[in-house]
Amino acid sequence: MKESIRIASGQGFWGDLLTAPKSQVTQGPVDYLMMDYLAEVTMSIMQKQKNKDPKLGYARDLVGVLKDLLPVCAERNIRVITNGGGVNPLACSEAIAEAARGLGISGLRIGVVLGDDILDQIDTLQSAGHELKNMETGEPVSLVRNRLQSANVYFGAGPIVEALKQGAGIVITGRTTDTGLTLAPMMYEFNWSTDDWDRLAAGTVAGHILECGGQASGGNFSADWRSVPDLAHIGFPIAEAYSDGRIVITKHESLGGLVSLQTVKEQLLYEIGNPREYITPDCVADFTTIHLTQEQSNRVRVDGVKGKPATEFYKVSMSYLDGYTAFGTLTYSWPDALEKAKKADEILRIRLNDLGLAFEEIRTEFLGVNSSHGPLAPPVDDPNEVIVRIGVRNQDRTAVERFGKEIAPLILTGPPSVTGFAGGRPRASEVISYWPALLAKIAVKPVVKIISV
Amino acid sequence: MKIQLRQICHARSGDKGDSANVGLIALKEEYYPILRELITAERVKKHFEGIALGPVERFELPNLWALNFLLHNALGGGGTKSLKNDAQGKTLAAALLRMELDIPEGYEF
Repeated sequence: MKESIRIASGQGFWGDLLTAPKSQVTQGPVDYLMMDYLAEVTMSIMQKQKNKDPKLGYARDLVGVLKDLLPVCAERNIRVITNGGGVNPLACSEAIAEAARGLGISGLRIGVVLGDDILDQIDTLQSAGHELKNMETGEPVSLVRNRLQSANVYFGAGPIVEALKQGAGIVITGRTTDTGLTLAPMMYEFNWSTDDWDRLAAGTVAGHILECGGQASGGNFSADWRSVPDLAHIGFPIAEAYSDGRIVITKHESLGGLVSLQTVKEQLLYEIGNPREYITPDCVADFTTIHLTQEQSNRVRVDGVKGKPATEFYKVSMSYLDGYTAFGTLTYSWPDALEKAKKADEILRIRLNDLGLAFEEIRTEFLGVNSSHGPLAPPVDDPNEVIVRIGVRNQDRTAVERFGKEIAPLILTGPPSVTGFAGGRPRASEVISYWPALLAKIAVKPVVKIISV
Repeated sequence: MKIQLRQICHARSGDKGDSANVGLIALKEEYYPILRELITAERVKKHFEGIALGPVERFELPNLWALNFLLHNALGGGGTKSLKNDAQGKTLAAALLRMELDIPEGYEF
């Protein structure tokens, strides 16, 4: 058994810095590369792509990224774990296998984690007594049943560990938790048992630090952000994990960025609720027990983490169609930029009213004045320019589309010195809302499939 | 002495559905008791009047010299539903750092 392994973060979301994965595997020693691609909105976008073409529905970038990485990973024996399979991990894995064959690679095993997609099983699950009611509002799923776009169970590290045991060099999953991608190689390499709650919690904390890529190593850093070296070539975080559950967060020395107590703390607090109960399918981690030490420059040790037993439930993320939005923006210049922008908004609202258009919500914000911080923003004195941004939302698409035709006319029929209207009329976009629910773990079973190249 | 929270803290915010979370971290360990004492959930709720429309919850993480605030009903519906430019509450951390407080005598910054 290895004493320690190094797990590198390569992507923090779908659309992240494309050069990061290559830098992570070439600029210093690593054993695993984890790439997180999925947010809730991502799943519904991918589902739409799959509806149009059954061979799509995954992070297509991933195939290009891996094509570039595979030779290096093979040479350096680096395994890749990612949830970029989206709503179609099988098609994603087949595309990767094809790319690998094209490169003349052989002997590669791709592990595919399946079974998280329960969209086709909603009715069966309900008749079996699984309510899938909204865990925030308590409402029954029947309210949105006919508008459901996607429904996925969040699996944890378990199925990835199984794929690694079966010799997978690449593991492609669908909706696996971000933290599971980092925890799995630790469980596999160190033989951690599935009820070793403190160690599972430590690996989960490491996963939370890694899951947003550069946001733990100097990106979006609110303290002394000017002091972060070379953000242009930021090194994404690396978790150096030890068999006893100790973790060191670090980065490649040749790259930019910063790993300090402050950068790690900011990421630990990102998007968390009750810190005593950070719930994953693998365990419940207590973030109030985390102890951080700056060992040396760009090395932060994480220890003391305590965990509690996992719950009997998986979280399910369902998405449903919930109306349409459109946004229009116009730029007004000095003099009296804000007054002009406000007048334009007033005129627009009168015209929408005259047309008899009703919306669930109309919202006007003045960028450069108060779109961030709202009522907390101090008054500005005669800014050189103001962007007025008007958004509407409605269940009915027609009204939203009609709104889109009312922005351009303001240029020649509203206040003067206006510009910044490019890209055509605002288009109606679908609103995708979320239906978070819980499902008993016994109701679904992850499946691991191996594709050999 | 009157100071702005940004002089003694850093922060990060993000979204959880229609709720935003703001993690507020003391720049030095000795500032943490000030945060714990003065930056109550009620005070944060008042600070975000007109933004956080629902209740505000506060959690303590003394190990990180930090407080975590959950601002409910603060993102105009959240996700793709929100009409806000900052639909994910990314700038709410900076908005909290604007808060002004009276600091007891004896502290140096």
